[in-house]
Amino acid sequence: MSNVPAELKYVDTHEWLRLEADGTVTIGITDHAQELLGDVVYVELPEVGAQLAEHAVAGVVESVKAASDVYAPIAGEVVAINEELVASPELANTAPYGEAWFFRVKPADANALDGLMDAAGYTDLIGA
Amino acid sequence: MPQRTPLFEAHVSAGGKIVDFAGWELPIHYGSQLKEHETVRADAGVFDVSHMTVVDVSGPQATAFLQKLLANDVAKLGFEGKALYSGMLNAQGGVIDDLIVYKTAWDYRVVVNAATRDKDLAWINQQAAAFDVTVTERPELAMLAIQGPNAIAKVKAAKPHLAALIDSLKVFQGMPAGEWFVARTGYTGEDGLEIMLPASVAVAFWDALLAAGVAPTGLGARDTLRLEAGMNLYGHEMDDGVSPLAAGMGWTIAWQPAERDFIGRSVIEAEKATGPAYKQVGLVLEGKGVLRAGQVVKTPAGDGVITSGTFSPTLKLSIAMARVPAAASERVDVDIRGKNEPARIVKMPFVRNGAKVFE
Repeated sequence: MSNVPAELKYVDTHEWLRLEADGTVTIGITDHAQELLGDVVYVELPEVGAQLAEHAVAGVVESVKAASDVYAPIAGEVVAINEELVASPELANTAPYGEAWFFRVKPADANALDGLMDAAGYTDLIGA
Repeated sequence: MPQRTPLFEAHVSAGGKIVDFAGWELPIHYGSQLKEHETVRADAGVFDVSHMTVVDVSGPQATAFLQKLLANDVAKLGFEGKALYSGMLNAQGGVIDDLIVYKTAWDYRVVVNAATRDKDLAWINQQAAAFDVTVTERPELAMLAIQGPNAIAKVKAAKPHLAALIDSLKVFQGMPAGEWFVARTGYTGEDGLEIMLPASVAVAFWDALLAAGVAPTGLGARDTLRLEAGMNLYGHEMDDGVSPLAAGMGWTIAWQPAERDFIGRSVIEAEKATGPAYKQVGLVLEGKGVLRAGQVVKTPAGDGVITSGTFSPTLKLSIAMARVPAAASERVDVDIRGKNEPARIVKMPFVRNGAKVFE
């Protein structure tokens, strides 16, 4: 049974988004995504300063069994990346909504989160 | 309709995540593939390998038959209980399957892969027609592999009446115990046992092993363990179109006596004389990412391919087995998602008995 926090937004490529107080958006992969991947052993993140288009490949997450792209769910400039996750990829399994955030963007459109799925919609999507 | 082993319910009870493997519903892991891998390297794990195909061969011409069928020579099996690893080749010198053959009181027991069962049995029976032998599949047998530094002690604790037999087995030997067959073989690079037993008592034995502290271990860990051990997997390192000489199986071919005309001999003998075009190597990634099967290996001598790749839980880096041009040496590049990442050629295995082996 996957954990789907009520306060986050979601996209169908299994990333979550959290709007921060300063207007930036933190992005990671969902509990459901890490369950599908299994033990995560390698994470590659975008560079700070990179301009990401919506749906662009922003990074890679690899488990013992498979590699999977991480997508930018919204357009924006990368303002921070989680170096701790690169050093300890297993955090993606143990704390997908906490210590295992992937990167943070300054959205190109301040209202970019408005149309995205809420927790109820994502729960329906994954059949949780 | 996928098949189930006698232990299906036991896997579900143990929290196994069930996947389809070669038409069998088997556990990929029971929560964490990494943890299961580490348990086998440090303690003891049990794998359900009941899907594997067990075939008994008996009759006056059993030895002559297997000397024709297999690239390795069963004449090396000097006494009852000895085991031999061999490729079974087609007439074109490709590998139909790899297998283990045990010398037994009824002549021989052969264990082949599940994914190749149908074509293996068809081929074996076709070749057997010219010999005075009986080939009998044993689908009523379950099979458990118990592997790890504490595996043998824990099996003896779970089944004290097997202790004397187990103590008598050297590595790569197997003996029957009533309806059971106990072999000191495996696919992990650790010491351990592979035990064939009647399906009707498989669950009781599984439960006894778990009670003795043996951890259920899934197919995922089985793959990373065998890869660290540098052991081939059919369909990855070799298949009907790959020469054993290009799959690191040269050591399993018995060239002597020269007059033993095993199937495929003339083709691979000619290949050996001119020098095989490809060879198998181990790779250690020095760049970023994870090596995976299918990635292209770039060398000054031409391109090769990764046949199996993973993140090594023991070594904490990415390793792979690859088939590369024979002249390749020392350093290569691997195309990982469009980027050339450097890797180093090393002598396999990567890991034996819990520790790094290569330089």
